[in-house]
Amino acid sequence: MRIGEPAREEGGVELQMTPMIDIVFQLLVFFVMTFKIAAPEGDFNIRMPIVAPSEGIPEPDALPPITIRLTALSDGRLAGIQFGNRQLKNFLELRERMIEMLGPDPGPSVIESTEVELDCDYHLRYEYVIEAITAVSGYVDEKTGQIVKLVEKIKFAPPRAG
Amino acid sequence: MRFATRRGMPEAKADMTPMIDMTFQLIAFFMVIVNFSEGERNERIRLPISELAKPPDAPLKSPITLHLTDAGTVIFGPDEVSIAGVRHLLEREVRFLKSRGDDPRQATVVIRGDRSARTGQVQELIRVCQQVGFERFVLRARQEFASLAELAVGS
Repeated sequence: MRIGEPAREEGGVELQMTPMIDIVFQLLVFFVMTFKIAAPEGDFNIRMPIVAPSEGIPEPDALPPITIRLTALSDGRLAGIQFGNRQLKNFLELRERMIEMLGPDPGPSVIESTEVELDCDYHLRYEYVIEAITAVSGYVDEKTGQIVKLVEKIKFAPPRAG
Repeated sequence: MRFATRRGMPEAKADMTPMIDMTFQLIAFFMVIVNFSEGERNERIRLPISELAKPPDAPLKSPITLHLTDAGTVIFGPDEVSIAGVRHLLEREVRFLKSRGDDPRQATVVIRGDRSARTGQVQELIRVCQQVGFERFVLRARQEFASLAELAVGS
């Protein structure tokens, strides 16, 4: 984008750069001032279909969901994680139990047929629910950096009284 | 921004070409990365963190974004209402979708809940959405690595 020198001797047209530079700098300042660095966001799918009376009876072949109970202290902090009859220390252990149950790399049929139900106290802080969903959904393979999926079907148990 | 030249002095000519090149490149850069979906975000909401929260591969169908604050209120567009109060706003949305020929059951409700919000409030919000006819939900989280061992019981 080389702009030629004004040919004054030849009587050519002198190009006025000043207004263009003014407006270009104004645009630049506008974009710089409105620029925001936003962290990337992602989604977790939740299956919460409306159960019609006719659909209330589950299919005989369907496996019962894996129930994970999350209890809360009065201030909303996590009090306990119950996986079956076992009390777990943290969400890392929950993930280990899920891998133990489903295998380190479950195939599509296992992912499709497995459902997790989260049964949470009303006052539990929402961040723990996302941590639980993260723990059961899958994990990042340290060797490949790829996400290995464990469970895709996640739902909430009916809400407990507040 | 006009520079005067002294008479009798030789005129100093600055080569503007590299500066203009650079400036246009900067403008092009900012124009490309400008985020027009800012309406889906809300600075008040501190999203929970998840290492598995990847941005969706394909855009969601008829997304409806609900922000749940730590105080238990719902921000939907310009309105901030209680969880029960969002019902009439969603009913209006359902009427709009139907008038457009869309099925509300195929629309996706994006829940951007604050990390300090109560889980019961999220469930209440989902129930209100179900009652007006929505069935598809996604919970939004911020993509960031966090050790699962850090969030232990009682922490």
